[in-house]
Amino acid sequence: MMDTIQQQDPPRHEYLFAQLMEPPRSHPQLDAKVVCTDVHDSGECLDSSMISTFELSGAGDFLAVGDRGGKITIYKEDNLTKRTKFTEHLVFQSHDPEFDYLKSLEIEEKINQIKWVPRSYQDRFLLSANDKTVKLWKVGEMMTRSVENLKDINANNPNHLVLPRVTRGKSQPVASFRRAYSNAHAYHINSISVNTDQETFLSSDDLRINMWNLEVNKESFVAVDMKPENMEDLTEVITSASFHPTQCNVFGYSSSKGLTRMCDMRVAVVCDNKNSKVFQDVPDNRGYFSEVITSIGSLQFSNSGRYVATRDFMNVKIWDLTMERTPVQVIPVHEHLSSKLGELYENDSIFDKFGLSWSKHDEYISTGSYDGLVCLAQRNSNRSSLFAISRDVSKNQVLKPKTVVSGPAEKRHTVSVEALDLDRKVGLVTWGNDNLLFAAVNSSMYVLNVK
Amino acid sequence: MATTETCGDESLYPIAVLIDELRNEDVQLRLNSIKKLSTIALALGVDRTRSELIPFLADTIYDEDEVLLALAEQLGNFTPLVGGPEFVHCLLAPLESLATVEETVVRDKAVESLRTISAQHSVADLEAHFVPLVKRLASGDWFTSRTSACGLFSVCYPRVSATIRSDLRSHFRSLCQDDTPMVRRAAASKLGELAKVVEPEYLKSDIIPMFVNLAQDEQDSVRLLAVEACVSIASLLPQDDTEQLLMPTLRQCAEDKSWRVRYMVADKFTDLQKAVGPEITKTDLVPAFQSLLKDCEAEVRAAAANKVKEFCQSLDPSVQEAVIMNSILPCVKELVADPNQHVKSALASVIMGLSPILGKNNTIEHLLPLFLSQLKDECPEVRLNIISNLDCVNEVIGIQQLSQSLLPAIVELAEDTKWRVRLAIIEYMPLLAGQLGVEFFDEKLNALCMTWLVDHVFAIREAATLNLKKLVQKFGAEWAENTVIPKVVAMSRDPNYLHRMTCLFCINVLADVCGQDITLKHLLPTVTQMASDGVANVRFNVAKTLQKIGPVLDRSTMTALLAPVLEKLKDDQDVDVRYFANEAITVLSLNQ
Repeated sequence: MMDTIQQQDPPRHEYLFAQLMEPPRSHPQLDAKVVCTDVHDSGECLDSSMISTFELSGAGDFLAVGDRGGKITIYKEDNLTKRTKFTEHLVFQSHDPEFDYLKSLEIEEKINQIKWVPRSYQDRFLLSANDKTVKLWKVGEMMTRSVENLKDINANNPNHLVLPRVTRGKSQPVASFRRAYSNAHAYHINSISVNTDQETFLSSDDLRINMWNLEVNKESFVAVDMKPENMEDLTEVITSASFHPTQCNVFGYSSSKGLTRMCDMRVAVVCDNKNSKVFQDVPDNRGYFSEVITSIGSLQFSNSGRYVATRDFMNVKIWDLTMERTPVQVIPVHEHLSSKLGELYENDSIFDKFGLSWSKHDEYISTGSYDGLVCLAQRNSNRSSLFAISRDVSKNQVLKPKTVVSGPAEKRHTVSVEALDLDRKVGLVTWGNDNLLFAAVNSSMYVLNVK
Repeated sequence: MATTETCGDESLYPIAVLIDELRNEDVQLRLNSIKKLSTIALALGVDRTRSELIPFLADTIYDEDEVLLALAEQLGNFTPLVGGPEFVHCLLAPLESLATVEETVVRDKAVESLRTISAQHSVADLEAHFVPLVKRLASGDWFTSRTSACGLFSVCYPRVSATIRSDLRSHFRSLCQDDTPMVRRAAASKLGELAKVVEPEYLKSDIIPMFVNLAQDEQDSVRLLAVEACVSIASLLPQDDTEQLLMPTLRQCAEDKSWRVRYMVADKFTDLQKAVGPEITKTDLVPAFQSLLKDCEAEVRAAAANKVKEFCQSLDPSVQEAVIMNSILPCVKELVADPNQHVKSALASVIMGLSPILGKNNTIEHLLPLFLSQLKDECPEVRLNIISNLDCVNEVIGIQQLSQSLLPAIVELAEDTKWRVRLAIIEYMPLLAGQLGVEFFDEKLNALCMTWLVDHVFAIREAATLNLKKLVQKFGAEWAENTVIPKVVAMSRDPNYLHRMTCLFCINVLADVCGQDITLKHLLPTVTQMASDGVANVRFNVAKTLQKIGPVLDRSTMTALLAPVLEKLKDDQDVDVRYFANEAITVLSLNQ
């Protein structure tokens, strides 16, 4: 879908100009101690074991990690020791590669998104989506049973009927497939989100947002349809969508044009532009790449439900849901990259998406960056810091804030912008309980404790 | 035990197998055994069923959903097998576990069975065993048990003592305020049936506050279910109380911010109308109905449009005409030109029903222009819906008023490019023929009916033959002889073999309604002549047709005329022709 945007080639002088523009400002560092408490590394560097998404359950005690091989690994919080620790609980194959014979398309097994259904039963449920299909899985325990009294009915006197006796043994974790919600997406699914009514969820692809009932996989309803009559008129695609954390009738979605829309499902069946609130910032920098870098990769409601944060290539913007005009806070994340946009455009990195997350009480916001850098910012202040996670980080090591400099990295805790490893991307970050921050780089999962 | 010992080895063996398979690895075998649970119970006898089988089944709760579903269903009919009503409470334990499982269908079935067996409990058992179960479920840890509990209150409430009743009411109240929306939804959907069994004083003091709360729930999905409860509650209250206690909330629902809630109000509107009575209908429901018909959401307008006829019919006769003319008709006029086709077609399916209510003059003056514009609507469904309801208008003003516009509409639908539209209009042909009369039909529509016989879609040709039969039934054999049969016979010489087959299909259905004379005179010669057709498909259809028209003829004619043809076909070079010829000979008993 991005092809439409990629078509124009940047004139050379434009990005030379961008390079000359304002040098990275320094802003105050965050006053927080960040300790790496846990690392889960599969040890392999196969493409299929690359983490593609992960999601923490609502209570923060289960972590589901999906990879490019369609596998989901579930970690469970272990409270036996003093320090919270996540141990591997269960691994299962959620999606398999498929082939769509009608469209001659290969469907990858890569897990695009996982969402836990709010817990209301002893077994837990999660939704997982690849490009085309959403699946509902039950994560529970299965009791092993042994059956006695199963004697040979031919040998003994059949005159006396004997019932078998069942004794229950140990239970073991098991994931069982419940339902697949398929054939409703012509494009790639980028988000799924469960409504607070615990009855419905949405799934969104580039042009459509569908509403499903969790118990019904035969039909879904279109809530947003951005597909123009003529595909040549296409100027905007949906990049991410999410339900409001408390209001059952509100959902928001972001677009490649840098717009965030809030829709009230009470108003109409189909939520089009007429009945949605549009949040759009006036771009301060009308550089050549502004069209590309304003595309919003993900949006996240604050836990209170009052704010929504969006992440574009350069910044995190925080919006008050009652004020569409302008964001209430802008957190620069990639200032140091503003001089490298041309290069990033050429190797397509400029289209990378980064997730973001609010801490439990909405006092911190974090997002990912390149080279294992995690950006941690304080809400209501302009303090933010970058921390680097890598294989060299050992358990219980205190992480020092890093600074990215444009020249060679001479001082301690500085990284040269030229040395940034674009392949080691922190695509997703998630806050858990007790100020735990989860971040994934390639095939490794890191747990940081922010104090 | 007694039963077991009297049975011999022979009869017990299959039961021993069934019992063994209750625990088989194969789900299908387990399922099979569960479905024959009554056989097992019968063989074990009531004592062992109670002491061994039921506890064993309680362990089965950790099985596949389909096995559990079968089990939940079986247990509902198990009362005689455990020793009758005296022991029925021993079934509660396994059903209680089944009512808490995660799969909705299993839970619903368990609740259904629990409701069935609750009636078989004595009052003492109900209080000692059933009510504690309801309370346990209602305060269960997970939403599954609490949602299941909601459906059990109304079956035990009427039969228990006053103290227990008050306890049950307070349990239900807490379910209405449950944290999870699933439980509140279950409570809202069962509130109506509980209201019906609660004493009038508690209806006001307990049930109505619960209703008001649910109708103001933060979740749309809960509020919309409260509308249904409102219908039941309103039908139980005297008018003054309805006005005072319910109407404020109901008015809110009709103007709810969420279209889904308004849709529900529109959908239940006529039920509400019956429940609240004529006075409140006049003062409150009429304006509410007007605003639903003008709702900004098409789904709501369509639901309301569907109710136009029923609502108008049930209006109090003293104000009926005035209300329709002054309040409803203006909205209806707007809906005829609605931008949404579902709204228009919903309206078209009921609008004709207004004419008997309004009488001849009003129909001609006000409704007829609407019908005429709907007959020209761009959406075929709207036109079809109007045509399918012509009979209502015919009785009031006669069809002549409409026939001028009707004809182009019918012709256009008959030639629609979508075969499903053509199929739909064919199905209305016999009805139209009846309304329009034979002359009009012969003049304008007969040709259409014949064109359908050579349609390129088989379903249309098939429907067209059936249509011919119905027309003949309506207009008589003589009409058939003059108008239909010559054309059908002519088709037997068509160069296209598919059309020749259609000719045979027509004869299949016409022979019966035309009777022996016409069959002998026109149809049979045509069929016999086709027995030497060059296409095998036609020849074996000749055999099939002969088999069908045989019974119309008397025995001697049949032997004289049919037997030689079939004898010849019996030796046909084609295997299928031989097969169907033989079949016809056997069926018509011509081989003796």
